[in-house]
Amino acid sequence: MELVCPAGSLPAFKKAVDSGASAVYLGLKDETNARHFSGLNFKEDGVQSALNYAKSKGVKLFIAVNTYAQPSGFHKWQHAVDLAADIQADALICADMGVLDYASQRYPDLNLHLSVQGSSTNHASLAFYKNNFNIKRAVLPRVLSLKQVAQVAEKSPVELEVFAFGSLCIMAEGRCYLSSYMTDQSPNTCGACSPAQFVRWQETEQGLESRLNDVLIDRYQEGEKAGYPTLCKGRFQVNDRTYHALEEPTSLNTIGLIPDLHRIGIKAVKIEGRQRSPAYIEQVVSVWRKALDSYQRHPEEFKVKPQWLKPLEKVSEGSQTTLGAYTRAWQ
Amino acid sequence: MKLSLGPNLFFWPKQALYDFYDEMKQTAVDTIYLGETVCSKRRELNTSEWLELATELSSSDKEIVLSSLALLMADSELNSLKKLCDNAPVKIEANDMSAVQFLTERNVPFVCGPSINIYNARTLRLLNQQGAMRWVMPVELSSTCLRSILSEAQELGFLEKIETEVFSYGHLPLAYSARCFTARYLDLPKDKCEFSCIQFPEGLTVNSQEQQALFNLNGTQTQSASIYNLIHQLPDMADMGVDIVRISPRKQGTADVIQQFGDAIHRFENDLPESLIPTQDQDCNGYWFGQPGMNYLSPEQIASGDIGTNIRFATHAD
Repeated sequence: MELVCPAGSLPAFKKAVDSGASAVYLGLKDETNARHFSGLNFKEDGVQSALNYAKSKGVKLFIAVNTYAQPSGFHKWQHAVDLAADIQADALICADMGVLDYASQRYPDLNLHLSVQGSSTNHASLAFYKNNFNIKRAVLPRVLSLKQVAQVAEKSPVELEVFAFGSLCIMAEGRCYLSSYMTDQSPNTCGACSPAQFVRWQETEQGLESRLNDVLIDRYQEGEKAGYPTLCKGRFQVNDRTYHALEEPTSLNTIGLIPDLHRIGIKAVKIEGRQRSPAYIEQVVSVWRKALDSYQRHPEEFKVKPQWLKPLEKVSEGSQTTLGAYTRAWQ
Repeated sequence: MKLSLGPNLFFWPKQALYDFYDEMKQTAVDTIYLGETVCSKRRELNTSEWLELATELSSSDKEIVLSSLALLMADSELNSLKKLCDNAPVKIEANDMSAVQFLTERNVPFVCGPSINIYNARTLRLLNQQGAMRWVMPVELSSTCLRSILSEAQELGFLEKIETEVFSYGHLPLAYSARCFTARYLDLPKDKCEFSCIQFPEGLTVNSQEQQALFNLNGTQTQSASIYNLIHQLPDMADMGVDIVRISPRKQGTADVIQQFGDAIHRFENDLPESLIPTQDQDCNGYWFGQPGMNYLSPEQIASGDIGTNIRFATHAD
């Protein structure tokens, strides 16, 4: 299986390449990609440097143009596609049908991947994207259980990539407007969820408060570990209960599922986190490289090693990792 | 402009659904959308019963459309969708690309529901060429976006071939998940959810710890706690060429809302003065103005031009 790794900067990109990525994905410095954070991502010359570095080490470069193009700025998305074609990126990761349409008609040879933001969770939907845009691969949303991933894989007309490690979206990606409801920016429109410029921290008598566009997301007592106020991970009230009404702050780690993912025919595993530091990327990618190599050498004897888990747990959100939806028994 | 009644997003007992549609038959809506869009485990009416209800209601003067599930994650769900597409005596509203795929294979015209991601005219044209005869704008888009999509559709020469519908009243569908948040509230595992969302006919309000109403839990769907209400924006919609205004069912008062909207349309189409419709504390309309969806702008604020700035895009100058 390919190991597809994120990079939000050239130093992170190099770390990913050096630590064992099979492919590294990046986005441009504008709202055309789904990790549009200040100080992050690549200008055009940066993409070229990244590409040169990747090529010299035999690693692939994917470009994510995976937000939804709005009418006022369609040229930005077009430009991003043109750039990817121009520098001969190994793949272009898109979600928007208008952008996919443009890319597939203008550059029939461009290798297109359907982004997780495309929200395709079944083989019939994948067939649409294959038939209309000739996509070669799709990244599946993190809402599917392993059994469901296997069902999709069995009839999928394209290669499949799944998320293996990093932040955990509990909503179907590409179908969540919670962030724009509160801040006017969503992953679909702006490539941002719970954007940082709306975040405010405040020490009060009731505890440390985190707010997003003035809405109280959580309140921490002394000694409690405070997390970034991603709005679906807040502590809210429903009737007389105060709890994580939607999701606990945990993150995804599927290292133990490597044999299962391989068995059902998954072609690539993806690490989330273009917003992460080079040190994080190095840590996570090298552990995953070791694990994948260990599986490849002795598939029958594969066991998760404690020395892999420790560094991963250290860098995980809420210091807690889960298998996400993958091990869910129910539909 | 015409009025439609969107699919009921909540889980109601069978008889309550029949009674509801009996009542809706008598209202001024031109189109009624039926069917389950949220959770495949909700089977107070199964696919065959929805098909029967569609047939029965088709004999009224209303246009009937069957809405399909938004998030399909299992083969069994695809099979039900296939059954719906193969047997529907009426048009289907596709809410996932799998439905678009099945309907284009069958070469029949369809409606693209609000969970199909149409954010630009190029996407709209593509789906129109595939058979979409109507689309419902994604709820997070603004009037400015809609206006440019429609004017581009005109330039590209396909505006006449597609109808535009806008979600204009009700709890906004904001997110879909594999998880059931109603079951989570009750500490039930989803596989033993006991169909508990039937106990909450208009969902469960999620408040912040400061009692600010934020979201509305409806099984696997998360909605806005506030009611999106574009009743004061109807002339604006008519002006830009919106064909249909969608009202989303609520447990109480849906017929009254339909009447208010019908009356408001009648008034501006006949140059009568706007009736004074009291706005509710819980209303929101921010999305229409390119603002956080939860915001509410009063007619007075809009008239005075004091609507704040559209900060989308502007904040991202790197």
